[in-house]
Amino acid sequence: MSNESEIIVTQNSEMHIHRDDEASKIGMWLFLFTELLLFGGMFILYAAYRFMFSDAFSIASIRLDRIIGSVNTIILLTSSLTVVLSITALKRNQKKFAIFLLLFTMICGLLFLVNKYFEWSAKIQHGIYPKGPEMANLPDGEVMFYGLYYVMTGLHGLHVLVGLIFFTFILIFVLKNKITSENIQKFENSGLYWHLVDIIWIFLFPLFYLIHAY
Amino acid sequence: MENNKSHTGASLNYGLYISVWLGLIALTMTTVALSGMNFASLTVPIAIAIAVAKSVMVAGYFMHVKFDSKIFKIFIAVCIVIFLTMIVLTFFDLTFRTDIK
Amino acid sequence: MMENAELVNNPDVSFYNSGSRKGILSWLLSTDHKRIGIMYLVAMIIFFLTGMTLGFLMRLEMLPGARSLMGAQTYNELFTLHGVIMIFLFIIPGIPAVFGNFFLPIMIGAKDVSFPRLNLMSWYLYIAGGLIVILSLLTAGGPADTGWTFYVPYSIRTQSNVSLAVFGAFVLGFASILTGLNFITTIHRLRAPGMKWFKMPLFAWGLYSTAWIQLLATPVIGITLLLIILERFFGVGVFDPALGGDPLLYQHLFWIYSHPAVYIMILPAMGLVSEIIPTFAKKNIFGYVPIAISSLAIAFIGYLVWGHHMFSSGISDTSRVIFSLLTFLVAVPSGVKVFNWVATLYKGSIDLRAPLLFVLSFIVIFSIGGLTGLVLGSLNTDIHLTDTYFVVAHFHYVMFGGMGLLFFGGLHYWFPKMFGKMYNERIAKTACILFVIGFNSLYFPMFIMGYLGMPRRYYDYLPQFKPYHIISTVGSWILILGILIMIFNLVKALRGKEKASMNPWGGTTLEWTVSSPPPLENFDQIPVITKGPYERE
Repeated sequence: MSNESEIIVTQNSEMHIHRDDEASKIGMWLFLFTELLLFGGMFILYAAYRFMFSDAFSIASIRLDRIIGSVNTIILLTSSLTVVLSITALKRNQKKFAIFLLLFTMICGLLFLVNKYFEWSAKIQHGIYPKGPEMANLPDGEVMFYGLYYVMTGLHGLHVLVGLIFFTFILIFVLKNKITSENIQKFENSGLYWHLVDIIWIFLFPLFYLIHAY
Repeated sequence: MENNKSHTGASLNYGLYISVWLGLIALTMTTVALSGMNFASLTVPIAIAIAVAKSVMVAGYFMHVKFDSKIFKIFIAVCIVIFLTMIVLTFFDLTFRTDIK
Repeated sequence: MMENAELVNNPDVSFYNSGSRKGILSWLLSTDHKRIGIMYLVAMIIFFLTGMTLGFLMRLEMLPGARSLMGAQTYNELFTLHGVIMIFLFIIPGIPAVFGNFFLPIMIGAKDVSFPRLNLMSWYLYIAGGLIVILSLLTAGGPADTGWTFYVPYSIRTQSNVSLAVFGAFVLGFASILTGLNFITTIHRLRAPGMKWFKMPLFAWGLYSTAWIQLLATPVIGITLLLIILERFFGVGVFDPALGGDPLLYQHLFWIYSHPAVYIMILPAMGLVSEIIPTFAKKNIFGYVPIAISSLAIAFIGYLVWGHHMFSSGISDTSRVIFSLLTFLVAVPSGVKVFNWVATLYKGSIDLRAPLLFVLSFIVIFSIGGLTGLVLGSLNTDIHLTDTYFVVAHFHYVMFGGMGLLFFGGLHYWFPKMFGKMYNERIAKTACILFVIGFNSLYFPMFIMGYLGMPRRYYDYLPQFKPYHIISTVGSWILILGILIMIFNLVKALRGKEKASMNPWGGTTLEWTVSSPPPLENFDQIPVITKGPYERE
């Protein structure tokens, strides 16, 4: 998505192109709202089915690894911190520090995905996946839980991946001085996207991993 | 034309961001600890409340909404209201059906 | 806003003659909002005529009924495709993509939208979505036969190309979202100096309200359609009753978008009415602020009423009562608009040109559609009328007689500005009258049929319905004749020599202060606004 809006202004028959950072920020926020509502549809389904199958959801939730879930939560929260620190560093023209922080952020994202891979592999090996062999032995409510789990964490993981791709471009732009303290809106927009991905996980974590432990 | 400075206020310092992060970690540990306890029908609202608090911190500080112009807060409010109406009205159906549970 | 003395029509520097590229690339790679609007127009006419042909074939089958032209399976495929094309490729994008793109920047005194490249990408997504839908007709499995509503569980089970069709709709939704995003940002950031919110033309208010629906509602159907595809391929289980899923949840998610979608269809059209009436009544609009606010109100209330599509599906009685009550509420801001339009016409100096004829026809036809919506909105009558031809008549009155009529009306209003040519007035009005006669002959009998019990989406019927089907089909021929005459008239004007002046109708908004057709950057100098959009000396 284009992060730069162009306004063509003619003064004395000349054409200038002015960058409108505020418009760029508005555009990114509006896009984030669409992502919110995209996941929102899934959250509506989750709420409905948890209401219908509350006991089954509790039982199924036990099989999810709370340690990995908590670690992943902390990883994402930390990555949100480091990306905002990175932007601040760049604004202070501390370019090397900014790049270090951005790389750290991206590694966090990668770690998150690696953890997710292990989580999913474990489940799949046990036959717990849509149309998997173990599913036939589970009651409807638990099947529903895992169906929602795969779709929602899968969709979320996809967004983490997209965020990493965004950051790769940002990294290249920073290295090439196309993003600087004077021209930083693209970086901030990518940060906004990343924070949204973090916020979605903030809700996914308790709703899937922490339903109950008693 | 508006100026091209993307910041509306003073640059936030590293310390503030780190404090927010510490708060987020604390809330995460809280929500994990609380999940081991039984609050009956309040269990879900408490978990959601903590998640909301964390989101407000991320949005307000990391996403800078607290310091940006008011229009962003209005936009976010509109978005949340629309989403809430979707859930509430759907639940008017679900909670009053006679064949569920 | 209009300073007659200095404004000279200068069609030689029009945007058609500008730019460094030549030929087809000057269109396909252009980020100029005016060229993008025209590209949408061309594509949309093609899709509309395709959908119209499908409707023509459906009515041809229904004339004698039974296995006259086709069997049940083919008929199911026809009405599915007719719905998908008309709704996703014509009615929803229609006015914003064509007239919003072409005119919004000019009307607010801007050079282009906030994100011109994103705008071009929206067009490509629109074309891609359309092609994917066409593709779904051709690949093995056959065209989708579920109806445009893709209800589960049939849409999960059927072997027809549901996944492709649904994916096409998903891509089209993305185009819609990006257009909405672009327009919201444009209206917030690029209004000319002095153009405060309440000095904006009402068409812009219509587009703004619409854009918020495009932005926030479309993602919900996005995820729903994605889930259909996931269900079909992976058997996830969220909607499948065999795995504990609730088909009603699909319907909820589907209509959470698809009801607000009808306001995406009608709000820009209503904004257009608010442009055309003051121009041809030669009077300031009556009740500018209420009309502006009513656009926002309709957009918001539109999110609250989707359950009225599900009254007989099995949702709880409590929610049915609530949805019915909320449904009545949306009639209020709509009424506000109609009353203000009529008040504007009252004691105006009426110039009954073709655009106004379209608008007056719209007001009558849309009112019929809206009132029958109230009949469907009340629970006890809806039980008898739902899934009958009454519903089919209702939505064609509001969607086709509403948005469709105004799409053509807007085309006649802005044709001179877009193309710098003028069409034959008499033929245009004849086409409009044929349209109205054909339209009412086609759809009014459906109200009666539906009331008498004729079910919708059936390719055959009991003998007592035959007279109504005959009138209806003949009506479709008159309607199509009117549309073809209209298109012929406009195409003839394009190739003809009669040029249009800068302001043939005496309008007061900014587009009438630039040449016909407009120059590349719209304005030599960004205007400074000092008056309301419809104020006259």
